[in-house]
Amino acid sequence: MKKIIISCSLLFSVSAVFSQNTPVGEIHGNFQTDVQYYNPDTLIGAPPVPEKMLMNGFGNVIYTRNNFSAGVRYESYLNALQGFDKRYVGSGIPYRYASYNIDNLEVTLGNFYDQFGSGLIFRSYEERGLLYDNAMDGIRLKYKVTNGLYLKGFVAKQRAFFTQGPGIVRGFDGEMNLNEMIPKWNESKTRVTLGGSFISKFQEDQDPTYILPENVGAWAERFSINRGKFNINGEFAYKINDPNTINGFIYKPGDAELLQVSYAQKGLGISSSVKRIDNMAYRSDRTALGNSLNINYLPALTKQHTYNLATLYPYATQPNGEIGFQTEVVYTIKKGSLLGGEYGTTIIANYSTANSIDKDTVGVDPDYGYNSDYTKIGKDVYYKDFNIEITRKFSKSFKFTLFYANQVYNKDIVQGLSGFGTIYSDIVVLDFTYKFNSKHALRTEMQSLTTDQDDGDWASLLLEYTISPHWFFSALDQYNYGNSNSVKRLHYYFGSIGYIQNSTRISINYGRQRAGIFCVGGICRNVPASNGISLTVSSSF
Amino acid sequence: MKKIILLLSVLGVIISTGNAQTNDRKLPSVEVKNLEGKNVNTSTIANDGKPIFISFWATWCSPCKAELNAIAEDYDEWKKETGVKVVAVSIDDSRNMSKVAPYVSGKNWDYEVLLDPNGDFKRAMNVNNVPHSFILNGKGEIVWQQNSSAPGDEDKIFELLKKVAKGEEIK
Repeated sequence: MKKIIISCSLLFSVSAVFSQNTPVGEIHGNFQTDVQYYNPDTLIGAPPVPEKMLMNGFGNVIYTRNNFSAGVRYESYLNALQGFDKRYVGSGIPYRYASYNIDNLEVTLGNFYDQFGSGLIFRSYEERGLLYDNAMDGIRLKYKVTNGLYLKGFVAKQRAFFTQGPGIVRGFDGEMNLNEMIPKWNESKTRVTLGGSFISKFQEDQDPTYILPENVGAWAERFSINRGKFNINGEFAYKINDPNTINGFIYKPGDAELLQVSYAQKGLGISSSVKRIDNMAYRSDRTALGNSLNINYLPALTKQHTYNLATLYPYATQPNGEIGFQTEVVYTIKKGSLLGGEYGTTIIANYSTANSIDKDTVGVDPDYGYNSDYTKIGKDVYYKDFNIEITRKFSKSFKFTLFYANQVYNKDIVQGLSGFGTIYSDIVVLDFTYKFNSKHALRTEMQSLTTDQDDGDWASLLLEYTISPHWFFSALDQYNYGNSNSVKRLHYYFGSIGYIQNSTRISINYGRQRAGIFCVGGICRNVPASNGISLTVSSSF
Repeated sequence: MKKIILLLSVLGVIISTGNAQTNDRKLPSVEVKNLEGKNVNTSTIANDGKPIFISFWATWCSPCKAELNAIAEDYDEWKKETGVKVVAVSIDDSRNMSKVAPYVSGKNWDYEVLLDPNGDFKRAMNVNNVPHSFILNGKGEIVWQQNSSAPGDEDKIFELLKKVAKGEEIK
C-alpha cells in the first residue's frame, strides 16, 4: 500500500514540476468527524464505554487534472463509535486510487466502487454514515467501443475493515444503448438499453468434510425501455451453487429477478416493482457475516421512511428467499382547484409487501436444500406497509403534512431472532412548517405509533427552529409510554444546535438517540443508538 | 531511499497544492444517466453562459425535497431573471431509483434530473450528506456550495444567482 501512496504522490510531484506555466490541476476533498462522550445508560441497553469518548473520522483528498485523477481517504476510529462494527479500529489509508481516461479507455488502479445493472450480482459502494464499505482493490478497465457500446472489466479483492477478504472477484459487464448505437434511432421516442454481466469469485476450499466450489460464477441480463411517459426495466440473475454461512451451506443454485414499471406525466407518477430472491447471498468470503464482503446488492422494495417512528421497524432484504412487491402513486391536485387550494396539494400513497418463497424439502437431499416453485408465494409474511402522505401548502408561510402508515413487521425473520413474532403497528404524523419571515422558520412533528406487540406505544415530538442560512436548533422527545415493562417507559430526548457556513457544518448534540435515518438540521444521516454528548464537524473544499 | 522518495513526493504535493487553482474548480467528468436513460457526462453540463444550480437529493431526504419544492414554485421567475438551470442529482440507489421519475413528474418539477445510483458523481464532488448544493457561474466554475437546507435558503440562493448572472463575485 505504501508503494501506491508513493506512486500517487510521485504523480502529483511530476505534474507539479511539469506544469510551471500551465494550470496544475485541482485538489479538493471532504472531511467528517463524529466525536461522542458517552453517558452510562443501562436502561437502553447501551454497554459501558471504558474509553468514555469515541471518535469516527475520515477525510478524502482528490487530485484531478484533465483526464487524470487520484485520491486517498484517511480513516480513523479511535475507537469506533457505539453501534458500529468494532473491527473498524485504528487509523489508516484503506482507500487510494489513480485513474485516467484516454482514447475512450478508462483505467483505474487501486480502489474503486462500481455497480453492474441494479446490483443483483455486483455492487461495490460506500455508505459512510453506516460504515458500509466494500470497496474493490485491484484493476478496472472501462472501454467505450463505439457510440452506445460500453464494456467494463475488473479483477480485485474486497475491502473488509482495514484488511481484505480472502476471495478474488473477477467481473465483466457489457451495455448497449441501442439509440446511441444506431444513428437512425438517435432521436427515436423509444429508448432501449440492454446489458449483460458476469462475476466470478475465487476462494480456496479448506473444508475438511465438504467439497466446496472454489470458483463461484454468477451472471445477469438486464433491459430498460423508455417511451415518453412509460419506463420499464428488469434484471434477471443466476448464481451457481455457493454453499456459505448465510444459506446454511446448501448446494442449491441461486437466482433473483427484479422488474420495475413506471409512468410519469405532469402532476401524476406511478411506479410498481416486483422482485423474487432465492438463495442469493454472495460474498467474497463464504463465511463472512454482518455487513462485510458482500459482492452483490439486493434492494429492499419498501418505502424508505424519514419520520422517526415510521423507521422504528425497517425492513431488510432476506437473501435466502423473498418475494416482494411495491407500488407508489404521487399525485398533485392542481393549484387553484377546490381540493388543491391556492398552492396545490400532493398525495403520495405507497404499498409494499415481502413474503417468503415456496420451499419444498420433501425428498430433497438436505445438502441441496430445497426446491422452490416460481409460481407460488410463500405463506410467511415478512413485511407489509401501507402508507399515505398528504402535503398541502396553505399560504406562503404555512405548510402541513399528514402521514399515516400501517405496518406489519416480522421481527423474528428480519432480525434473525426467535420468540418475538410479528408486530402490527399504526403510525400517524402531523408535520407543520411555519415561516415567520424569509429567515426564521419553525417545523413541528407530532408522531404516534400504536402497537400491542414488542415495546408497545410510542409518541414523539420534534421542534426544529431554523435561521437561514446559518443556524438550527432542534429538540426531540420520543416517549415509549406504552411499554409493558414500566421501567422501560423511557423518554429519548435529544437536542441539537448547529451552525452552517457554506460547506462547513458543525453541530453539537445531547441526549439519547435511537438508531435509524435521522433528518435534523437540514440534512439526513444514518445514525446508531447512543446516549451522551456529541460533536459532528463536516466540511468539503 | 524510500523515505527520500516519500519526502520528495510530499514536497511535490505541497507545491502542487500551493499552485492548484481551487477557486475556479469545474465539474468533474463522471458518467450518469438522465430520466430517459441517456448517458450524460457531468463535465458537459452547461447552460449557455448562464448560472447553474446543482442540488444533490434523494427521495428519502425530506429537507432536500422541501428545498427543491420551494424552488419549483418560483422557478419561472428564477429562470426569467437569471437564466439559471437547476440540475437535481438523485443519489437514490436501485432500491428507490424507479420512484424518482414518478416523484419528479408528480411534483411538476421542471428540472434537469440526473441519476447517480452508486454515488460516483457525489464522491467526485466531495458531498458528505444530502442536501448539498452548488452554484456554477457562466463559465461553469463552482463559486458557491452549501451542505444543508433550511426554509428561506431559497431566497438567499436566488439573491446569489442574480449576482452570478450579472457576473459579480459572490465570495
